[in-house]
Amino acid sequence: IDPMLKKRDDFEDILEERRNSSDLKYALRCYTPVLYKGVTPCTSSMLKSMVLQSDQLHYVINQVSKETGKATDDIKEEASAILEEMAQCLQLSTVRFFAFTLSKAFKTLFRSICVNEDGIQRLQQAIQEHPVVLLPSHRSYMDFLLMSYILYTYDVALPVIAAGMDFMGMKFVGEMLRMSGAFFIRRSFGGDKLYWALFSEYVKTMLKNGFAPVEFFLEGTRSRTSKSLTPKLGLLNIVMDPFLKGEVFDVNVVPVSISYERVLEETLYARELLGIPKPKESTSGLFKARKILSEDYGSIHVYFGQPVSVRSLAQGKVNRCQFNLVPRHIPRRPSEDIASFVNDSAYRLVRAQEENMVLKPWVLVASLLLQYHHQNQAAGQKRGIALGELTAQAVWLRDLSRQYGAFLHWPDHIPPSEVVSSSLTLHRGLVRICEDKVQLAVEQGPHSSVAPEEELLSQAVILLSCASYRNQALHVFVRPALLALAIHTASSNQKQEVFNSFSFLRNMFSNEFILCPGATVQDFEEACYLLVKTGALQFTQQEVLVTERGHRTLAFLSTMLDPFLQGYQVVCRFLCEEATETLTEKQFIPAVRKFIKKLLLAGRLRYMEVLSSDLQKNSLAALLRLGAVRKMKG
Amino acid sequence: MPKYTKPPSHLQEILKWNGWGYSDTRFLFNKKGQAEFTGKRYRLSGMIIPALQNWFEGTFGASVQHKSPAMPILTSSAVQPPTLNEAFVDELKSTGIPCSHDAEDRVFRGHGHCLHEVFALREGKVGRVPDIVVWPNCHNDVVKIVELACKHNVCLIPYGGGTSVSSALECPPEETRCIVSLDTSQMNRILWIDEKNLTAHVEAGIVGQELERLLNESGYCTGHEPDSMEFSSLGGWVATRASGMKKNIYGNIEDLVVHVKMVTPQGVIEKGCQCPRMSTGPDIHHFIMGSEGTLGVVTEVTMKIRPMPEYQKYGSVVFPNFEQGVACLREVAKQRCAPASIRLMDNEQFKFGHALKPQVSSIFTSFLDGLKKFYITKFKGFDPDRLCVATLLFEGDREKVLQHEKQVYDIAAKFGGLAAGEDNGQRGYMLTFVIAYLRDLGMDYYVIGESFETSVPWDRVLDICRNVKARIIQECKDKGVQFSPLSTCRVTQTYDAGACVYFYFAFNYRGLSDPVHVYEQVEHAAREEILANGGSLSHHHGVGKLRKEWMRETISDVGMGMLKSVKNYVDPKNIFGNRNLI
Repeated sequence: IDPMLKKRDDFEDILEERRNSSDLKYALRCYTPVLYKGVTPCTSSMLKSMVLQSDQLHYVINQVSKETGKATDDIKEEASAILEEMAQCLQLSTVRFFAFTLSKAFKTLFRSICVNEDGIQRLQQAIQEHPVVLLPSHRSYMDFLLMSYILYTYDVALPVIAAGMDFMGMKFVGEMLRMSGAFFIRRSFGGDKLYWALFSEYVKTMLKNGFAPVEFFLEGTRSRTSKSLTPKLGLLNIVMDPFLKGEVFDVNVVPVSISYERVLEETLYARELLGIPKPKESTSGLFKARKILSEDYGSIHVYFGQPVSVRSLAQGKVNRCQFNLVPRHIPRRPSEDIASFVNDSAYRLVRAQEENMVLKPWVLVASLLLQYHHQNQAAGQKRGIALGELTAQAVWLRDLSRQYGAFLHWPDHIPPSEVVSSSLTLHRGLVRICEDKVQLAVEQGPHSSVAPEEELLSQAVILLSCASYRNQALHVFVRPALLALAIHTASSNQKQEVFNSFSFLRNMFSNEFILCPGATVQDFEEACYLLVKTGALQFTQQEVLVTERGHRTLAFLSTMLDPFLQGYQVVCRFLCEEATETLTEKQFIPAVRKFIKKLLLAGRLRYMEVLSSDLQKNSLAALLRLGAVRKMKG
Repeated sequence: MPKYTKPPSHLQEILKWNGWGYSDTRFLFNKKGQAEFTGKRYRLSGMIIPALQNWFEGTFGASVQHKSPAMPILTSSAVQPPTLNEAFVDELKSTGIPCSHDAEDRVFRGHGHCLHEVFALREGKVGRVPDIVVWPNCHNDVVKIVELACKHNVCLIPYGGGTSVSSALECPPEETRCIVSLDTSQMNRILWIDEKNLTAHVEAGIVGQELERLLNESGYCTGHEPDSMEFSSLGGWVATRASGMKKNIYGNIEDLVVHVKMVTPQGVIEKGCQCPRMSTGPDIHHFIMGSEGTLGVVTEVTMKIRPMPEYQKYGSVVFPNFEQGVACLREVAKQRCAPASIRLMDNEQFKFGHALKPQVSSIFTSFLDGLKKFYITKFKGFDPDRLCVATLLFEGDREKVLQHEKQVYDIAAKFGGLAAGEDNGQRGYMLTFVIAYLRDLGMDYYVIGESFETSVPWDRVLDICRNVKARIIQECKDKGVQFSPLSTCRVTQTYDAGACVYFYFAFNYRGLSDPVHVYEQVEHAAREEILANGGSLSHHHGVGKLRKEWMRETISDVGMGMLKSVKNYVDPKNIFGNRNLI
C-alpha cells in the first residue's frame, strides 16, 4: 500500500473551548462515561479484595509458604500491604482538581492541544465492546495526566495507569496521582513471585471486569531521544493473557501517539544522556519547574489510533489449546509461540504509534541544520546557511517525507519561508540567526574562560536536543535510509549484494530503531518501493542503479544514519582498545564516555551525538546480541 | 431369478423425507399469521402459539411474508442410478433377506440431519446415496450379509434411526464400490428380560421410544432418553457413545451396556460372560462404543434395566443471571445431588421458551402468569434481559423426590434462584422434542440453524459459553450475514468434573448467495473456538466426517495410530467404508 494514501483523521483543539469558557464550570461539569457493556463500576477496595481472593493468589501464597516456611496468614498480610502500596484509588474529585489546574497550566504552556475526535469515537465504541488497553507513546511526564485530561474532556471512561515507583518518592504528588488513577509498580521485582502474582492479577482483574481502560507505556519509560524505544513485554503479556486463556472474548488495544512540538524536558534529557546527573524526582524539584511556565511550548497533537483486536492479532499465530491441560490459575512461563507473538505484537503496536506521530516543520529543519552543521564543521566553515536556501531545502524535504507517508503538519496556506522562520523562533534556544544566516546555537572557537571539556558538553547539549527533533522523523526515513547506506557500503550494485548489506545493517541497528523482528524482506521491499517511486532508484534484472536526481536523496538519507554508524564504530573501537576482562556493565558507560570525550577533544570524531548514553547502550546490546561481546557472570 | 422384497413395515412411511420427524407433524404460520403445531402426537400438537410469530420476526428480522418453501416431492431423475455389484446382489437375493434399490429408499438412508443435508434435500438435490438397502431380520442375517460383502468387496454402511448430526451417514463421494445400506430397523425385538440381574437382551435396531414402551409393559425402563429417542436406535447409541437426558440416575450408554455383540469382517466380537465389571485388559466394549460404524454392525445388546419410577416431578428455577445459574449447577454437582435432569438455559433461550407458550385457555392462567412476571422482575428486581432459567426433572419414590426437590431448591436459593413452577420445567423439556421441527419452520422462511454440543471442565463453562456465542455473532458479521443471528446456549448435563453445553445458532440468510457454505464456515469457527476454550470435540453427537479434521489434536498421534491399527486388523478391506472418525 502506498504510504501517501494513508488516511488520517482531522484534529480539534480542545484548548480553544477552555480559553472561551469557565475552567471551574468545566471541572465541575457532569461526567458520565459509558462503560464496558454497562458494568456497574466497583470500588477500588472491592477490586483489592477480588485480587486477594483470586485462585491465582491462593496458589502463589501456598507456594511461597511451602518454599519459605512462612505462615500463609503472614504472607497474606504481606500481600495485602503490597497491594495497598500498588493500588490506585481513582477519585472523581481529584480528577476535577486536575481538570481545573491543568486547564490553567496547559493554557499558559501550549498554544493548542489537538485531538482526533474520530479516534475518540472509535475508543468509545471499543470500550463498550471489549476491555480496552490504552498504549500512549511516552515522551514526557505530562503524558498520562494529559491522557486523563483528554478522556475527561470527552466523557470517556478514565483509565487506570501503570506508573513507575519513582513517582512515589514525591509523597504528595504520588498520592494525587494515585487518586487520579495511577497504580504503582516497582521497577524491578525479578524473582518475587508474590509481587508478580499480585501485580498481574491486579491488572487482569481491572481489565476483565471492564472496571476501566488499563493504560501503560509500551516503551516502559520516557524516551529521552524522541525515538521510540524497544517495547517492554511484561505488561503486554499480562493484558493479553485473559484473551489467550479465554477469560474474555477479546481485548482492544488502542495505540495513542502524543507528539509535542517542544518537549518540556528537552534539555533535561540531553543532560541526562550526557551523564550530567539527574535530580531525583521530588516535589520541590517539580515546583522549581515553574519557570517552565513562562515559556512557549507550541502545540501538542494526540492521535488515538485504530483499536487493534488482540483476537485478530493472534489469529493463526497462537494455539490457545495449550492452556487446556493445566488449570489456568497456575502461573506458567509463556510458551515460545506466545512469547514471540507478544513480541511481534509489541513491535506492531509501537509502529502504529510511530505512524500517527505528527511531525512539525521544525523536525525537518532540525534534520537539515544538523547535517549542515557537520558538513560545515568538516569543511572548517563557520557560517550558517542562508534562510532562503534552508527554506528551499525544507520544502524539498517536506515533499520527500510526504511521499514516504509522514504525518506532517505543514501549513500549506502559509509561505514556506514563514513556516521555517516561525519554527526557528519557537526553538530559538537551539538556533542562532545572524545576518540572515541560520546555524545551530553552538559556541565555536576557543573561549579562554571555559574549560574545553565543559564547552564540549554544552555544545553537546544543543546538538543532542536538536537530534531529538530529527529523531522524531526517523521512523519515516529509516528503511530507505538503511537501503541508501547499504548501497553505499555494498561491494557492488548487485541486488543480492545490496540486500545482504541492508540485512546486515538492519540487523545491527535493530536495538536502535523499531524494526519488526523477522521482517527484513518486507522492510527491504518497502525501502525499494519508496526509493523507486520517488525516482531515486532504478532496478534492472540484476542491479540497483542510483538515478541522477537520486544522489541527493540518497546522500541525505545515509547522512542521517551517519552519527549512529559512527557511534557503533567508536564503541567497537573502545572495546577493542580499552576493554579488559574486568570491565563491568556499570563501568561501561563512564569508560566509553571518557574514551569518546578524548577523541572528540582531539578532533578525531565528527559527531558529538556519539556521546549519548542511549546510543552507547544500544550498541553494546547489539554487540551482545550478535555475539561479538560476551557477558560473564560473577 | 429371485426378486427384491421389502420388509413388511418401516418407519420411513410415516416420516418426512426432507425434514425432521413425522409427516403429520409440523409448525406452520396459518393464514392469520399465527403459529400452529399440527398433528396429534405431542402435548403441543393442535395448538396455536400466539407469541411465536413476533419472536420469530423480531429475532431474525424474518417475515412470514417471505417464504422459502421446500420441493414437495423427490424427482427420481435427481438420483443417480445405482452402481450394483451383480454377483453380490444375486447371492444376497438368494438368501431371502429383503432388499431394495428404489430411489426413495436409497435417498432416505443417504443422509442424517445436519443442516447441509436437509437443506440439499429441500432443494431436491441428492448426492451420492447407497446403491442398495438391505433389511436383515436377526443377528445371523447380518453375519451372512457381512460375509457376502467381504466376498464381493462391497461397502457396508450400517443404518439405525438416521438421526446422525455428524455427516456419518453421508456416502463418501470417492467410494467407487457398490454401497450397501444395512438397515437394522427389522431387528427390533426384546429377546429376553432377566429380572434377577435386571438386564434385558435387545436387538440393536430397536428405536428408543419402542424400547421404553415394551419395557414399560413389564414394569421396567432403561432410563436412557437422548433427545432423539423417538427415532434413534440402540445400535446407533452404542456406535456413537450416546448420552441420555436422565443420565444422572441411569448413566450414559457406556454405563448401561453390559454386553454387546458386533459382527465384523473378522467375525463376531463379544465377551464370554455378562459380568458387571472385569479386569481383563482394556475393555473391548470401548473399541465398539463410538466406532461409528467403521468396524462392524452392533446386532444385540444386553442393557441394564430399572423398575419404572413411582413418581416424576418437573420443576424450574429462575436465576437473576447466567453466572449465578452456572454457580448453582456447579454446587449441585459438587454435592452430587443432581436430579434426573437439570438444565440451565441462557436468557435468549428463556425468551425463546416463552415464545413457545401455547394459547392459554383461561383468563385466570394468564392473570397468574402476569403476576409471576411482576413478582420476578419488579419485586425481586431481576432484569428480564439477564435472567435465566433451570429446568428440573426428579424421579423416584414420592417421598425421596420431595426431599430431593427441597435440597435442590435450597441450594438454588443460595445463588439467588427462585422456584418458578412445574409448568415452566415441563415446557422446557417439551422444547427438546419440538426444536428440530422448528428448524424446518425456519427453513420455510429463510432461516437456517443448528445445534451442537461439547463438554467442558467446570472452571471453563462461563468462558466457553460467552466466547462461543460471541464468536458466532462475529463470524456471521464477518461472513456477510445481513441480520443478527440467534446465538444461545444451555448447560444440559452436569458431571463431577464438568458439564455438557449445547449451543443453538440460527440466522436469516436472505441476501446470501451460498447460505449453507456461510453456515458451515460459522460452525467451523465455533468449533475452533470451543476447542480453544478447553471444550471437547463432542460430548455425544460423535465425530462422523464433520469433525474428523480435529481428531488428531483431540486424541494425539499415538491415539490415532491405535485406532487405525484396530481398524486395519478388524476391517483390512475397509468393508465398513463410511470413513467416519479416523
